[in-house]
Amino acid sequence: MRQWARWLSAIALTLGAAQAGSGVAAQTSSAPAASTTLTVAAFPAIDEIVRSALPAWKQLHPEVEVRIVSRELNDHHTAMTTALSTAKGLPDVMALEIGYLGRFAQGTGLEDLSGPPYNLNGDKSRFVAYAFDQATTPAGAVLAVPTDIGPGALLYRTDLLAKAGLKESDLTTSWEGYVAAGVKIKAATGAYLMAHARDMKDILIRTGLEPGEGLFFDKDSRPLVNTPRFVRAFELARAVRRQQLDAKVIAWSSDWSEGFKRGGIATQMSGAWLAGHLNTWLAPSTRGKWRSAQLPEGAFAAYGGTFFAIARHADAARKPVAYEFIRFMTMNRAQQLAAFKAQDAFPALIDAQTDPFYDQPLPFLGGQQARRDWREAADHIRAFPVHKQDNFAKEVIDTELDKVLDRGKDIPTALADAQRLLLLRAHR
Amino acid sequence: MSFRLPPALRLSPRYAPYALLAPFLLLFVVFGLFPLLFSLYLAFHSWEPTSGLGAMHWVGLDNFAFALQDEWFWKSLRNTGWLAIASGVPQHLVAIPLATFLHLAFKRWRNPMVGAYFLPYITSSVAIAILFSSLFSTDYGLINLAIATVREVPLLGHLVPQAAVDWLNDPDALKPAISMIVFWRYVGFNVVLYLAALQTIPPDLYEAATMDGASRLQQFFHITLPSLRPMIFFGVTLSVIGGLQLFEEPFILTGGKGGSDQAGMSAAVYLYRNAFDFNDFGAASAMSWLLFFIVAALTWLTNRAFRRKDD
Repeated sequence: MRQWARWLSAIALTLGAAQAGSGVAAQTSSAPAASTTLTVAAFPAIDEIVRSALPAWKQLHPEVEVRIVSRELNDHHTAMTTALSTAKGLPDVMALEIGYLGRFAQGTGLEDLSGPPYNLNGDKSRFVAYAFDQATTPAGAVLAVPTDIGPGALLYRTDLLAKAGLKESDLTTSWEGYVAAGVKIKAATGAYLMAHARDMKDILIRTGLEPGEGLFFDKDSRPLVNTPRFVRAFELARAVRRQQLDAKVIAWSSDWSEGFKRGGIATQMSGAWLAGHLNTWLAPSTRGKWRSAQLPEGAFAAYGGTFFAIARHADAARKPVAYEFIRFMTMNRAQQLAAFKAQDAFPALIDAQTDPFYDQPLPFLGGQQARRDWREAADHIRAFPVHKQDNFAKEVIDTELDKVLDRGKDIPTALADAQRLLLLRAHR
Repeated sequence: MSFRLPPALRLSPRYAPYALLAPFLLLFVVFGLFPLLFSLYLAFHSWEPTSGLGAMHWVGLDNFAFALQDEWFWKSLRNTGWLAIASGVPQHLVAIPLATFLHLAFKRWRNPMVGAYFLPYITSSVAIAILFSSLFSTDYGLINLAIATVREVPLLGHLVPQAAVDWLNDPDALKPAISMIVFWRYVGFNVVLYLAALQTIPPDLYEAATMDGASRLQQFFHITLPSLRPMIFFGVTLSVIGGLQLFEEPFILTGGKGGSDQAGMSAAVYLYRNAFDFNDFGAASAMSWLLFFIVAALTWLTNRAFRRKDD
């Protein structure tokens, strides 16, 4: 026992010394400079946007250091889920992608910014309406501030259209006309109309929603996947596949980027930001051959979007300055424009959308003033309520569509099967 | 001059084992035991993780009942079984003759050869997945290019697919693609296992058999194979456990989604997705425990199958 006593006292002394040491360190770091360090957790390219904003931020707040913790998109959101679940290791400011914001909004982990002391509702009119609505829960809480949005556009290869004797309106008048144009493009050039027939389904299920209706569930959690909206989406996707108009490649795969580089894919429905990616790394050699149009049949949809949020259990003392930082990133015209210019992050701040930058021609799009169209699209997009099982529902619908496309399953059976699977999960 | 610790710092023999075991035990408790017990606890709860630890609600056996009713859980188990058999059985059927060949044919160069076969096992799975997703590319991949070349060869042409195989998007091609990677990755590991076992077989047995006029093939079936039995049991057990827990290869190759028609969604990928994509940690935990029971049962069956009759 004597040895144990000596061991324990040695450990206690060591720990005590370490404790005292850290106390001293803490005092020295906080006392003289009286500085605060904000931790901002983000993913590419939001981390770059925040990094670029720091010199301007330091001029306004020299006493506030900003530490950026950057992770890959999925890893970042997994880390945020873990941090929220344990209330440990929470950043002061977290960036959230729209797909995850809907999920995080189901819990109570995020600070409601609508009322005092933040009063975000007072700034509501400064943001693109749909983006602000996306951050608002049915109960009226506003859980995040939008920073960039992804207004949907139809990017198309003007050279391939010309070879097929087509013009832009042949693509955009109706969805059926878009598919018919694809047949002519394939015959004349060999290029596919789109990357994957799933793209067709993804946009069509987002059009024609009744007010208050969710994408997959109604307000009482009843699945909506056997409605005419889904039937039409599946039928058109099948028409695309049957006529071999899709390259069967998934976004961000190597075949997808090769398809763009080699002119094998004639059109792509996506967020306006894709034009920037095509220009900088996906297919810079195709400069001048692309154009942007509004989505066919007057559809408007959002492809992505980023928000900044504060965790409810984040350090209370730093919350005011964390919100100040969020305001700086989201409500500062110069900052929003800088992010747009450097990273193609389309501003969610309406004030930033009135800059002459929007009227500049885009060389990659053959000198088209496409930013004006994207601004108009953003104005027409409407938010729809999210459901906690939306992610699962998307997987089920994608899988049933695969069965329709690859295995010839008939559409009513596929949608009935999806409905059954979602019923089992709807209330979990 | 020898250095001796002062008596105050010396460990008594009574406590030394505990002190020496402590680092492992501490790590095991934190990273092994705690997550295990936490997942067992979670399996009986419903939890919205972003609301914090206080948001757990006791639901009894609901998560287990849900898992057993869930068509996708059963589908993921079927996928896992398919992948485990298609990648596991050939591993051993190839590794045993290959190890025998390396054992007999190489002396000085044996270790470099074994090293070459073992290399995929220690290569980062992310690098492997990136490499193979490029090799399996439908229009630009080397595998389809090789098939197209073979297609031009008279007589052999009709043995290969007549159109480019959509390895990663066609549900019927995805499973073989994943199995090929798993096979390629682990066959070297099994070769090392069998080579180690081969070196323990007394050479006298082969000498005696040769004197008796036994051919190489007869020696393989009557001496080598029976002597490898304990190692085959060990290797097959590892393959059963590894096969049922298959995660990395299908996860990375399908972008974490399971692939077209969920053809590459193994049980481990599905329960990961349940937790981190579909936010259902309770169901995911219940499924992981069900998977554990299946692994345990199959390991027991493997044990039964390989046990000697006289044991």
